[in-house]
Amino acid sequence: MKRIVGIVLAVLGFAGIVWADSTLSLTGAGATFPYPMYSKWFSEYHKKDPNIQINYQSIGSGGGIRQVTEGTVDFGASDGPMTDEQLKAYQDKHGFPVLHFPTVLGGVVPTYNIPGVSAELKFTPEALAGIYLGKITKWNDPAITGPNSGVNLPGEEIVVIHRSDGSGTTYIWADYLSKVSLEWKSKVGTSTSVNWPVGLGGKGNEGVSGLVKQTPDSIGYVELIYAIQNKMPYGSVKNSSGAFIKADLASVTAAAAGAAKNMPADFRVSITEAPGKTAYPISSFTWLLIPSKFSDAGKRDAVKGFVKWMLADGQNYTEALSYAKLPKEVVTKEIRALNEVR
Amino acid sequence: MSTATTIVPSAGPVAGSRSFLSRLREGDEIARMITFLFAASVVFITALLVYELWVSSVLPRHKFGLSFFITRVWDPVFDNFGALPFIYGTVVTSAVALCLAVPLGIGASIFLAELAPARLSDTLEFFIDLLAAVPSVIYGVLGIFIVVPLMRQFVEPALKNSLGFLPFFKGPAYGIGFLTAGVVLAIMVVPYIISVSREVLLSVPRDQREAALALGSTRWESTWKVVVPFARTGILGSIFLALARALGETMAVSMVIGNAPTISASLFSPGDSIASVIANQFTEATGDLYTQALIELGLVLFLLTFILNGLARILIVTTSQRGSGQGNA
Repeated sequence: MKRIVGIVLAVLGFAGIVWADSTLSLTGAGATFPYPMYSKWFSEYHKKDPNIQINYQSIGSGGGIRQVTEGTVDFGASDGPMTDEQLKAYQDKHGFPVLHFPTVLGGVVPTYNIPGVSAELKFTPEALAGIYLGKITKWNDPAITGPNSGVNLPGEEIVVIHRSDGSGTTYIWADYLSKVSLEWKSKVGTSTSVNWPVGLGGKGNEGVSGLVKQTPDSIGYVELIYAIQNKMPYGSVKNSSGAFIKADLASVTAAAAGAAKNMPADFRVSITEAPGKTAYPISSFTWLLIPSKFSDAGKRDAVKGFVKWMLADGQNYTEALSYAKLPKEVVTKEIRALNEVR
Repeated sequence: MSTATTIVPSAGPVAGSRSFLSRLREGDEIARMITFLFAASVVFITALLVYELWVSSVLPRHKFGLSFFITRVWDPVFDNFGALPFIYGTVVTSAVALCLAVPLGIGASIFLAELAPARLSDTLEFFIDLLAAVPSVIYGVLGIFIVVPLMRQFVEPALKNSLGFLPFFKGPAYGIGFLTAGVVLAIMVVPYIISVSREVLLSVPRDQREAALALGSTRWESTWKVVVPFARTGILGSIFLALARALGETMAVSMVIGNAPTISASLFSPGDSIASVIANQFTEATGDLYTQALIELGLVLFLLTFILNGLARILIVTTSQRGSGQGNA
């Protein structure tokens, strides 16, 4: 009996040593939008370096910011950059700042369902802001028909559809409308959920697309990836150079490249309405939130190793999953910024 | 065991003089204490829940005070929060649900308990219990794909054409809104009403029916004038169980209500409910005031349920004093 206990204990102890020595486990939490990309990256990275296991919970950007501030996770992730107050709260709590690292890009597209109209619509910023402010109420409003000559738009009421849950997609959409419309900026503003002047709410991308498909004469907005994967029709949007651009991976990356010149050192930049002839105006980064100091050197090296790999080889996995990759200029800057993590 | 035999004959006043220790030894005291702890845990959990909600919502309580209940704006960007549209939506959808589910549920339970052959009744009861166990997200999906198109294409235009002069049936028919949420809720709570009411009706003593029949009443008269009034308290209990479920329902409501915090007399209008807005916005809520305002909404829902449950108790007490027989809830 004693011998059996002894053997069991020895085996357990041995297993404990092996387990503790071999795998280093990192936890992260946050944004849902890049989750498919992140889970692919984390599993590929685990194959490359079997000693590192990264667990990621896609609990939403707000939760990601909260958890990284609380210190309950090793890194966070968010679709919207942290605000100045949130950064200050982090600094006050920990005594060192938290850093933003862009990982991939996303775009948000207007999708619609107008019976009898199969042509691809062109939207001006004024038209989109007017529709979502409730000022443009009919499809044959001159602001919509203007750039769409040749399309026979009906005189029906526009049914406006938006996200009901707080989301990064809404953040990007509202951020864009704030940039192109002063009225939107002062009345509604930018956030993961806003006080919508008009419209119906659907839960998630699938809720919005479901409502748009079912409701005649409706308009909604969804993530580019969701629209591509579900083969939904979506319109092109006039960018800051006056060209109507249909969102795709290249035009979203172009928006990031256009913004790269004026990229602030902390990467907290909105790239909606970015300069550039081919830039799609409703685009955004999504970020990892990484503490600038780790008390555990092993974890620090693992995080830095992963981010380095993600910026180099990792970017090759993006297009297969319909995410737009980072432009080279941004990657270079990020590798430099990584030295700040100590 | 041997001590038990000596004590049992001297039950009555002598039993009270048994020492605490002897009662402990016999297990009575242990059983009493353990079951008391179980019962007390319910009170403890409720108190803890209220305490947590109260403490975690300190910012909006101080900032908005009682105006939280009457403010119609919910604006996370400018940090201005009010619960009124959500309270309104919760109450209206639950009211619509009960208006539809109560007649349906009671009618069905009368048939099952009084008129149907026992075998049919038991088979149907099996299906009703099955319905009660369907997860609410399933009802939500059915709501989106079946109820919403039906409402938009047939029910709402028909209501508009026939009863459009009433303020309840005005405005564009989107198919989603208060009415659809109420209909989906009604489908969800009807099994509760049927199941509980049937049990209550079946437990009405047989001699009540026989006495009514002996006095020359028809089968229906005995059911409607004797059995149903006798079981009234229990039937009310089933309705309040359904109400509680309707008030707190999250997923199914969220999928069909339209999620726009509006207050409109028209049932066609999109709205929002307390449980739905919490589920929608909590994960992405940033900023302390915003998060805490959502928690305060949870407190408001608790309060609403508490008040309605209290009213239900009062109703049951007054009707059973006026009413006939004991009934059981």
